[in-house]
Amino acid sequence: MVESFDLVVIGGGPGGYVAAIRASQLGLKAAVVEREHLGGICLNWGCIPTKALLRSAEVFHLMNNAGAFGLSASNVSFDLAQVVQRSRAVAAQLQSGVKHLLRKNKVTVIEGHGRLAGKGRVAIFKNGKEGKPDAELAAKHIILATGARPRVLPGLEPDGRQVWTYKEAMVPPAMPRSLLVVGSGAIGIEFASFYRTLGAAVTVVEVLDRVLPVEDEEISALARKSFERQGMKIMTSATVKALKKSAGGVTASIASSAGEASVSAERVILAVGISANTENLGLEGTGVKLDRGHVVAGPWLETGEPGVYAIGDLTGAPWLAHKASQEGVICVEKIAGVAGVQPLDATRIPGCTYCRPQVASIGLTEKKAIDAGHKVKVGRFPLIGNGKAIALGDTEGMVKTVFDAGTGALLGAHMIGPEVTEMIQGWGIAQTLETTEAELMHTVFPHPTLSEAMHESVLDAYGHAIHI
Amino acid sequence: MSTEILMPAVAPSMTEGNIVRWAKKEGDPVKQGEVLLEIETDKAVVEVEAQQDGVLGSILVPEGTSGVKVATVIALLAGKGEKAPAAAAPKQPARAAVQPPAAAAPAHAVARDPGGRVFASPLARRIARDLNVDLARVSGSGPNGRVLKADVQAASRAGATALAARPAGPAYEDIPHSNTRRVIAQRLAEAKRSVPHFYLTIDCEVDALLAARTQANEMVAGLKLSVNDLVIKAAALALRKVPAVNAAWGENAIRRFRDVDVAVAVSAPSGLVTPVVRNADAKSLREISAEMKELAARAQQSRLRPDEYQGGGFTVSNLGMVGIREFAAIINPPQACILAVGASEQRPIVRDGALAVATLMTCTLSVDHRAVDGTLGAAFLAAFKKLVESPIALFL
Repeated sequence: MVESFDLVVIGGGPGGYVAAIRASQLGLKAAVVEREHLGGICLNWGCIPTKALLRSAEVFHLMNNAGAFGLSASNVSFDLAQVVQRSRAVAAQLQSGVKHLLRKNKVTVIEGHGRLAGKGRVAIFKNGKEGKPDAELAAKHIILATGARPRVLPGLEPDGRQVWTYKEAMVPPAMPRSLLVVGSGAIGIEFASFYRTLGAAVTVVEVLDRVLPVEDEEISALARKSFERQGMKIMTSATVKALKKSAGGVTASIASSAGEASVSAERVILAVGISANTENLGLEGTGVKLDRGHVVAGPWLETGEPGVYAIGDLTGAPWLAHKASQEGVICVEKIAGVAGVQPLDATRIPGCTYCRPQVASIGLTEKKAIDAGHKVKVGRFPLIGNGKAIALGDTEGMVKTVFDAGTGALLGAHMIGPEVTEMIQGWGIAQTLETTEAELMHTVFPHPTLSEAMHESVLDAYGHAIHI
Repeated sequence: MSTEILMPAVAPSMTEGNIVRWAKKEGDPVKQGEVLLEIETDKAVVEVEAQQDGVLGSILVPEGTSGVKVATVIALLAGKGEKAPAAAAPKQPARAAVQPPAAAAPAHAVARDPGGRVFASPLARRIARDLNVDLARVSGSGPNGRVLKADVQAASRAGATALAARPAGPAYEDIPHSNTRRVIAQRLAEAKRSVPHFYLTIDCEVDALLAARTQANEMVAGLKLSVNDLVIKAAALALRKVPAVNAAWGENAIRRFRDVDVAVAVSAPSGLVTPVVRNADAKSLREISAEMKELAARAQQSRLRPDEYQGGGFTVSNLGMVGIREFAAIINPPQACILAVGASEQRPIVRDGALAVATLMTCTLSVDHRAVDGTLGAAFLAAFKKLVESPIALFL
């Protein structure tokens, strides 16, 4: 018997499981097909376990600097296995939480690989992706939410032992003495930060001319300065040509404008982007179109095939869990006919990097705003002028705001410093409510908090910051 | 204990109604039988009285709300001596599970509260102000119809060019009365109301008049006689022939003017003015023409002296130059008559039993029947027609 659903979601990551829960809330009979682990990469091998690792690194860093706070801690050390085990336990706890949520919302969870099998049909493969399907589902609507995997560049193939992807990097069997990180996006930089804080000699190689290249140029520059002060070696406008492995480690030949160089390290982490998981989905012969490896989806996440939708990493950048979740909700609400659904505005998706210092941003960088034709007013406030930051002993950082000079629209906000990832939502709310500088100025920010720097940055953009 | 006030059915068939007005405010004491609110049905507005004494607590459905279902809780009434109940959160109906496809709420509604306030984001407001877009006319795409930046920009683009050209505000403009306009209004209304008008219309053949005018203008350097100059002169001479028309109705007498002073209606920016060509019967066409040009020019600049536009025994109003075939003018009191002159145009006429083409000018005399009788008016028009059709007399 073929079971029928209003909605079948292929992929149980932060896009897929959220879409299924929302569908169920709206009265749709929903199922999630997941081949590996509910919660997806984010929860199991991405966002969450790395935050656990970085928390360990942060505490270790504070303990090493106990003296600065009038405290003493001797023989500060770490047990890597314990650090990793804590990270896995955090992921496991959340995964069981997702399982519980799906059960509570009466979402059917089907283990296996899902694949389109004709109009309104999904084939389920329990073992592998080939052969005769083990089951078939009928679905009025099908959401593809299969996510992505690390991009592999020719000549830079991971081997899981000396050359890692995020997955191996998250469960290191031993602390590498030296590490080469290829790619300085959020993933690369977070691992670089973690391993550097725990004592590894870290080199970061970035093909573009700055680290965290999607961030505002000023923030990138401040981040680089900070990383280098912590002892990281940063090579920008540099390309890893080849990796030569030996028993002792890996030697990378790196080409840059300065010429050829070679860097040796015990381990290499590859973090050069992602590839969407579009294979074995049965897309062939359907109206689903691909563009540079990603599924093309419209404002309501619809694909070229009626009744088939795509969300999350599958549809392209930014590759962020919260983007996937929001797309899932929008897609389902549109299917259910909920009134007032708004398409996702790509300029209002915040991005966070949990390195030390943290980096968080939303909207347009100063350069992008100018390139888009805006006349801008830019505000900056360094954390050295913020009382709470001084009290925390963590004054490295800045809040930068970019306004449209004509309308006062908040075009972008860019922050580096302690806990800025927790503050970025304030700018998100401001953008969603379409505030201008006036409402932000009229808002009372509590004292003493790091968030006062946000207020001061707005004031500075209009030339009347108080504490600078 | 507070009592729920329900939306009443003020007519047997009523299922819903509009709350027009709350007669009491929150916190006001209410006596049984006092008017509490007004409800509008599809037929009438009905006052609703309080059923018991108490204090009006929270008003849950504000005035201006339409389509309130009968039996909806619209307010809370506290018992006498009790404190008014605090505003309770409006009760939300139990949320019904949405079944696909659920009916979409009306999209693009303009979010407005009963007070007329438009819900719009701060940025939308500022951009609307900068682009001169009237927010009240923009439909909002945001939550609950909230107007967002993109809506204002779309409205401005699509838009409303007419909208953009107009400042925000009501869909009309009030032009305050000038004193001139006030006087004109008062006098014309008075004339039309109290003067028993009757109208006499006559067609004049003006081929000879136009030919004479052309000839004169060609022969005399600097002379630019208008048709109206000739009409003024003809009217003046006709008035001399039928002096009973050169008159005014008074309380106790009909005043007959000894001089022939012809007032001429001139349209000026501030309104209609009637400068007077005095002793027009005694003036040459050249004098009349020069005087009219001068008076008309100063009328345009509102620089006429009162003695230049007051008085006169008769008025000529000519809309011929703007193509009006014929019209009936309102008498310029206290004068008894006004001559409305139409355009000179070629029309088919029957002459000696055959169709022919002639240039005709239709003139209508409005007459105050109290001062001038029909035959008298007709006699004037006949004299006028004769002068116009045999224009040589005008040039003597």
